[in-house]
Amino acid sequence: MITVLITAPVALPVLCAVLYGLAGWRRPTAWVGAGVAAAVLACGIALATVVSAEGPYVALNGALRVDAVSAFLVIVIGAAGLLATGASPAFLRAEIRAGQADEALAARVAGRHSLLVQAFLAATTLAVLAANLGVLAVGVEVAVIAAAFLIVQGRSRLAREAAWKFLLGCSVGMALAFLGLVLLNGTVGLDWTALATNASTVDRAVLRIAVALLIVGFGAVAGLAPLHGWLPDAHSQAPAPVAALLSGVLLSVAFGAILRVKVIADAALGAGFTRTLLIIMALATLAVSASLSVAQREYKRMLAYAGMAHVALLALGAAAGSRFAVAAVLLLLFGHGLARAVLFLASGRILQLTGSRQAADVRGLATRDPVLAAVVGLGVLALLGFPPFATFAGQLGILRAGFGAGVATAVATGIALVPLLVVNAAVLTGAGRMLVDTAPVVEGPGAATAPERTPLSTAAALGGGLAICAVTGITAAGPLQHLLSLAADILTGTP
Amino acid sequence: MGDAGYVQLLDLAAGAVLLTAVLTLWRPEPPAVNRFLVLQGIALGGLAAVRAGHEGSVALAGLAAGILVLRAGVLPYLVHRLPVRDARRQVGMPVTLLAAAALTLVAFAVSQPVIRSAPAPATGAVPAGVAVLLIGFLVLVSVRGATSQAVGFLLADNGITAVAVLTTTAVPLLAGLAVALDVLLAALAWMIITADTDPAELRELHD
Repeated sequence: MITVLITAPVALPVLCAVLYGLAGWRRPTAWVGAGVAAAVLACGIALATVVSAEGPYVALNGALRVDAVSAFLVIVIGAAGLLATGASPAFLRAEIRAGQADEALAARVAGRHSLLVQAFLAATTLAVLAANLGVLAVGVEVAVIAAAFLIVQGRSRLAREAAWKFLLGCSVGMALAFLGLVLLNGTVGLDWTALATNASTVDRAVLRIAVALLIVGFGAVAGLAPLHGWLPDAHSQAPAPVAALLSGVLLSVAFGAILRVKVIADAALGAGFTRTLLIIMALATLAVSASLSVAQREYKRMLAYAGMAHVALLALGAAAGSRFAVAAVLLLLFGHGLARAVLFLASGRILQLTGSRQAADVRGLATRDPVLAAVVGLGVLALLGFPPFATFAGQLGILRAGFGAGVATAVATGIALVPLLVVNAAVLTGAGRMLVDTAPVVEGPGAATAPERTPLSTAAALGGGLAICAVTGITAAGPLQHLLSLAADILTGTP
Repeated sequence: MGDAGYVQLLDLAAGAVLLTAVLTLWRPEPPAVNRFLVLQGIALGGLAAVRAGHEGSVALAGLAAGILVLRAGVLPYLVHRLPVRDARRQVGMPVTLLAAAALTLVAFAVSQPVIRSAPAPATGAVPAGVAVLLIGFLVLVSVRGATSQAVGFLLADNGITAVAVLTTTAVPLLAGLAVALDVLLAALAWMIITADTDPAELRELHD
């Protein structure tokens, strides 16, 4: 039974991708993708229950391994995947309606989109459930390739440029990570548990190089400086469900890989090496995101920079490194993943309504589409870390742990607060204008516009995402606490 | 094969891998660059073959054959098929060659821990692989055009494969990693082939 639970999150999206390949995107298959994402989420919850009670399991001759960390990450993938695939049918229908001239072509594009989304989900679940770091890297790589083809499906020049930058940036990152794996692969092999327990047998100097390559390499996919250049372009040009997947799933999976590598490094090198590396990367990322978000005029790019700032905060939390800090990092990973996914999906809807990516063109959303405006408002509050959302407890936990983890981390956390506040202020100001500023008055006959209604399925997906984020925040001390504390034990090497 | 002969052949093959990388900096435009890539693939296959001959390893011999087919055949052919719109250098050749020399020195410096951890003729040649990786990144940033960027990535990929061939004890893993990087290259190539304009030349997205 447990083998079925471990293999299902990989196998179900693969089968669903085959289904979309054969049957295409049509009325009977439109909701299958969302069903599969829901099944992945259910498997994640079931796996979390099992490993919380009985400890880690392996399946398929040790190829797949589930512990509290991987079960948690499957839940993250399932939740963000459910949001993206739940909002996809309405999004794709709107896109097909917009391109009425060639409906058959639009339906083919929708079929390919659904196939690639399922391939992306399968690759990311494989990455988090793989026992071997090599398989993890291959999973991330396949997800990157699927995402690149998803970004380019719009076929516009801008989408092509964004997809090229994304693929090239992540390819360089993955090449560095693969070199790290080559160096790490000594007598122990690349099995994560074996490496974590026998890390001290690897030559320290070689391990330092390998760990630096792996963290910078996976950091490229997570959007951390110095290889972060792809992130704002890819997020702004990707179709809304794809941006939601990039932000909610890919960033989380790549950051999960960094946390796994950190365990191996800390066991042999002490916490100082990865702490310094992560602090430098976090501060550089925050500096970039703060400086570029201040004058940002496109709302999707603004969200992308906010996402970068939050990944940097996760890196700071990981640098602090205590059990408490790591539990807060995981909670924030989940909360921010959901909040960003909700906001990217909402921004896709705004783009369909207004036809503009510029924040200045979107005024008075609260009167034009109150439901969408409410979702954006609440989503921004969740993103910025207001209670009752999970991001509140997560951010507070990271900052508390940061200030209590020695002078270097405390100073870095203090410095980080400035760019973080700048990014948050920029997001809040931009969102405020979009929601409540009066729309430009256009006079004359035919200028009146009726309020638009967000499709019920989209509203349900977005509202559901925010509800999960809030419930997780409220019950972080409840059912999730045991799972988070087990995961923190694993990620801090606590026996 | 005697030990002295083995070391000489190994160093010759590693040197050829590095030399062909420097040559791509000298002539980054097709058809010259394609010839250099083929030669580099042959040298890389030779590197694995020398190790296979010395250690009597069938797995390494198989790997050498695989590398030869992929890196001296399939991938250079793929690069040959890519549309070339522009392969101009962003910086002059003397500066690029000086940068390559500096990167080679850096490669020797950063590879010292690897050599010290397992002193052997094979690990002694690791700096050549690391230098090829760094030169690949140099091509990536110093030559215009998506096709040249793909060439840079292939060089980096070859550099990583060289390091892996020289250090590995687990051949299946190495083969898997090498193929995984090739898939990325194929995805990059697909992006170039299906685009009507060079994706690397687009400069509309920026802040």
